[in-house]
Amino acid sequence: MSVDIDTVKRVARLARIAVTEEEASQMTGKLNAILGFVEQLGEVDVEGVEPMTSVIPQSMRKRQDGVTDGNIADIIVANAPASEENFFLVPKVVE
Amino acid sequence: MTDLTQLTIAEARTKLQAKEITATELTDAYLTAIDAHNAAFNAYVAVTHDIARSMAKASDERLASGKGGALEGIPLGIKDLFATKGVHTQAASHILNGFKPDYESTVTANLWADGAVLLGKLNMDEFAMGSSNETSYYGPVKNPWKARGSDADLVAGGSSGGSAAAVAAHLCAGATATDTGGSIRQPAAFTGTVGMKPTYGRCSRWGTIAYASSLDQAGSISRDVRDAAIMLKSMASTDLKDSTSVDLPVPEYESALGQSVKGLRIGIPNEYRVDGMPDEVEKLWQEGIAYLRDAGAEIVDISLPHTKYALPAYYIISPAEASSNLARYDGVRYGLRVPGKDIIDLYEKTRAAGFGDEVKRRVMIGTYVLSAGYYDAYYVRAQKVRSLIKRDFDLAFDAGVDAILTPATPSAAFGIADKEMAADPVKMYLNDIFTVTVNMAGLPAISVPAGLDNQGLPLGLQLIGKPFEEETLFRAAYVIEQSAGRFEPQKWW
Repeated sequence: MSVDIDTVKRVARLARIAVTEEEASQMTGKLNAILGFVEQLGEVDVEGVEPMTSVIPQSMRKRQDGVTDGNIADIIVANAPASEENFFLVPKVVE
Repeated sequence: MTDLTQLTIAEARTKLQAKEITATELTDAYLTAIDAHNAAFNAYVAVTHDIARSMAKASDERLASGKGGALEGIPLGIKDLFATKGVHTQAASHILNGFKPDYESTVTANLWADGAVLLGKLNMDEFAMGSSNETSYYGPVKNPWKARGSDADLVAGGSSGGSAAAVAAHLCAGATATDTGGSIRQPAAFTGTVGMKPTYGRCSRWGTIAYASSLDQAGSISRDVRDAAIMLKSMASTDLKDSTSVDLPVPEYESALGQSVKGLRIGIPNEYRVDGMPDEVEKLWQEGIAYLRDAGAEIVDISLPHTKYALPAYYIISPAEASSNLARYDGVRYGLRVPGKDIIDLYEKTRAAGFGDEVKRRVMIGTYVLSAGYYDAYYVRAQKVRSLIKRDFDLAFDAGVDAILTPATPSAAFGIADKEMAADPVKMYLNDIFTVTVNMAGLPAISVPAGLDNQGLPLGLQLIGKPFEEETLFRAAYVIEQSAGRFEPQKWW
């Protein structure tokens, strides 16, 4: 399977990465090289094989569903590029 | 006084405990070496002079009162992927510009609890995606090794290129690293150092920036096998904060060193003889086989028939996981932000400016293979192939094999800005052909230097073990190290 430039632009949109026409064109070739490489998996007989879900067989450890911390809003926003009164600031999303 | 940066961790530990040297002297020796020579390698992206000195001072106080931990006063470099409280933590990416976490990764917390000293953060491929350390926002790491009679700069491998170069150039006593497809073992092989990738689940992933969560595992790069055993003992733990961390006691790995390999069955997989592999790699492999046989191990031929499919399956599974893990970099909560006309525009511009080309490629591949209509054809099929790869190993171990010996890489270190690899991403990916199978099956493996090629560059051998049997690997790797000797670059810096 290979991708054309329109598919690349659509995937870039899904991945939330802005691409110029020129970047999309360069990406198309390189992405097709990778997709061409993974194509050989089609040769493998996977009939009746279960897909891997965990390399180490162990049951999921669960913790108690309880509050373990809190009241650290200032720490949570400390690395935010824009914040105000412990809120993250974003462009207006609701008209 | 001898140069303290020449000491291994084990040697420094002895001298610190005997009070022949102080942690402050040892740390100062490394800081001086870093200040003088880091520019030659670009191994550190941040040096923490003040933190290092205050940690060393605290170590000296503990050593004086006889309360020193297992790594008391040992100066380490930390890969930029590990969260270190209040210190540069960016996965060598621009998108985490300025990020300083308020928390400490479990692995580094374990090291500090045992008395280790933080020298700084080490360069790496951006988000650990690469095999040459050239995808770093901070630029490539230079290998301390050069080909005989040549002045050309070589890559230190990747993604843990900064860790490998810093250890080989004596800019730290040992370094943490991580391995998703070969990122510990390949740079170790390229720099004549020892790279230990433990079993998946042995070291907590908590606080380690995620690339591909089902494959990522923390480990070490060190100057010899003993130091690798010492580091793993401190790094490994059971951690309730990582649901894939295993509830198993951490053994005394160091006591495995020097134990006989008599009767150990070492498997040699024929599928690791690949087209175009240089004769010297085959020769090195045969030498490794001879070292182990001479020490009493039994050598058996084995077959791992799905080996060739590990790399293509990896390039579906790891980008798929990466595209999910890297969705969090949105310009809102941390790091870089590029303003946009609305929130989608802000996301798209931030991610376009913040991610490098290789990261964008992998996020795009991951998004594509997980998108509607392609999920079964790509992702589910790759996970089935992964089951078959693991089954190959299970069958070999069930038949009585204790460990598997292979080359670590298909070649020695190559030049920085290699044109063929820049033009075709798949050429770069092939570097991990011998290492990636191990991550797919979650197994432990160690890369140990075993010789030099005809240009005088180091080559490594890889030992692959059964889950949680790292001790067998240390035992066998120590035999190879004792037989092959250790390898140091000619100092040009």
